[in-house]
Amino acid sequence: MNLAETAHAIRKRKQSAVETVRASLDAISRLDGTFHAFIRVEAERALEQARRIDEAVAKGHPVGPLAGVPLAVKDNFCTTFGTTTCASRILANFKAPYDAHVIEQLDRAGAIVVGKTNLDEFAMGGSTENSGLFPTRNPWDSSRVPGGSSGGSAAAVALRMVPGALGSDTGGSIRQPASFCGVVGLKPTYGLVSRYGLVAFASSLDQIGPFARTAEDAALLLSVIAGHDPRDSTSVDRPVPDYLAALGRPLRGLKIGVAAEYFGEGLNAEVRTAVERALDVFRAQGADVTEVHLPHARYAIACYYLVATAEASSNLARYDGVHYGHRADGIDDVIEMYCASRREGFGAEVKRRIMLGTYALSSGYYDAYYLKALRVRTLLRRDFEQAFGKVEVIASPVAPTTAFRLGEKIDDPLAMYLGDVYTTSVNLAGIPGISIPCGFDAAGLPIGFQLMGPPFGEETLLAAAHQYQLVTDHHVRSPLG
Amino acid sequence: MSTGVDEGLVRHIAMLSRLHVTDAEVARFASELSAIVNYVDQLSQVNTDGVEPTAHVLPIHNVLRTDEVVPSPGPEAALANAPQRQGTFFRVPKVLDQDSA
Repeated sequence: MNLAETAHAIRKRKQSAVETVRASLDAISRLDGTFHAFIRVEAERALEQARRIDEAVAKGHPVGPLAGVPLAVKDNFCTTFGTTTCASRILANFKAPYDAHVIEQLDRAGAIVVGKTNLDEFAMGGSTENSGLFPTRNPWDSSRVPGGSSGGSAAAVALRMVPGALGSDTGGSIRQPASFCGVVGLKPTYGLVSRYGLVAFASSLDQIGPFARTAEDAALLLSVIAGHDPRDSTSVDRPVPDYLAALGRPLRGLKIGVAAEYFGEGLNAEVRTAVERALDVFRAQGADVTEVHLPHARYAIACYYLVATAEASSNLARYDGVHYGHRADGIDDVIEMYCASRREGFGAEVKRRIMLGTYALSSGYYDAYYLKALRVRTLLRRDFEQAFGKVEVIASPVAPTTAFRLGEKIDDPLAMYLGDVYTTSVNLAGIPGISIPCGFDAAGLPIGFQLMGPPFGEETLLAAAHQYQLVTDHHVRSPLG
Repeated sequence: MSTGVDEGLVRHIAMLSRLHVTDAEVARFASELSAIVNYVDQLSQVNTDGVEPTAHVLPIHNVLRTDEVVPSPGPEAALANAPQRQGTFFRVPKVLDQDSA
């Protein structure tokens, strides 16, 4: 059952929340020894919440739209239950003093968080191999990566452990693992979902979004987590649309743009074919596909890895062994204590990014790197503004390849970065993007395609994805057979 | 711009980043960061004359709230994750009476 059906069945007393949560916990204990999607499972708390939902339903009390639905959240959301590790040794025992805004929203909607999922340390990576704890495995082939950084959330949804999950996306960290695992992943417009309680990586890019198997379920989750929150000063104060009501818009007449810049060198032939076939489906349903140009898209990765690392170097300065997190033992000089604590607590990729960002911001290099990247970011935004003057959505691949093998790229950070070629522009421009399953390669690995929209274009993206799913069945296939 | 991040520069950046690095790490970071910096150098090809920088995509400049007292977590919650504490203070190695960095 998908998320909307599960919520409906619990409200109508066709199945209990306790049964539903127990089934989720059973699936986790059966499969997670192989796939390692979860850092921590909160079985007792989840069952206790489920009992309370069942009581409320039995007494006819009003319950939220997600009452009794088991969900997973990435372990970079602060929760007052369990730990919030960011898959980093530096936060291995960190117990957050407050819940993230989205956790409060899920709670209010009656959803039950069954556990916290694995990620690349501090959400830095595209394979979940940078987790300081253990790597997560791809649900379709356990010798391959699930993508990242929200690899645990994507795998948990693909493996039917939970019908939905939350992740964060700074440069593709929701959309790329969704593509690698064969599920839907949405990165909303910057400012739509409050980041209060999301551990910061790159603050001008970070955004929270849902994973689910269907666009309808993603719409349901988005309607619960979106909305203004004064505790995040970048949270936009505008009414939350009815995303579910918007799903009915047919594809006929939808103006879809395709940019040659997203189908160039480096794109795997099977991925290209699957994305082109998806475009054929849209055409057959009456959508109008035209060419658009995004001349600065080729600079997105270079721009992104300067902006994101500069912001990360600043955000991660807080991990100094003073107020919380790991502190190196037995050092009586305070600067030495900072340096040793950070050395022991951070993994290689986090150190690399802190150093790259520090370099980009340092005296003598600031203008050539950081400031230059911010100017190129403006040009990239303008490309999208112009394109969205002509079309309603832009279609592209999500990633140039399907899931790669564990270890394949881990010793070549630049090769790993180049995998973000189709996702980072969305974050730099602050626009929404959704990844939708559109086929499988010869090895049986899922392929996703991406739809990008103008700011606050989520209704159009979700409707297009939903209408596509009504006439295709790629999202129905399960890695469990 | 220049290409190549040599070992001396890696040590300088590590110091600015407050990160201890071993000699082996210095060599590795020098090679990895050089490759990345070489790649990002392509931005120098883009003509950005007269283009304003985008630090932030939203047209928000300052967000103010009314100056009202609201409950705060209090010292016990704030200190709950402290690596070392003394009473209601975070305990740290001596900061004064030494050469400042």
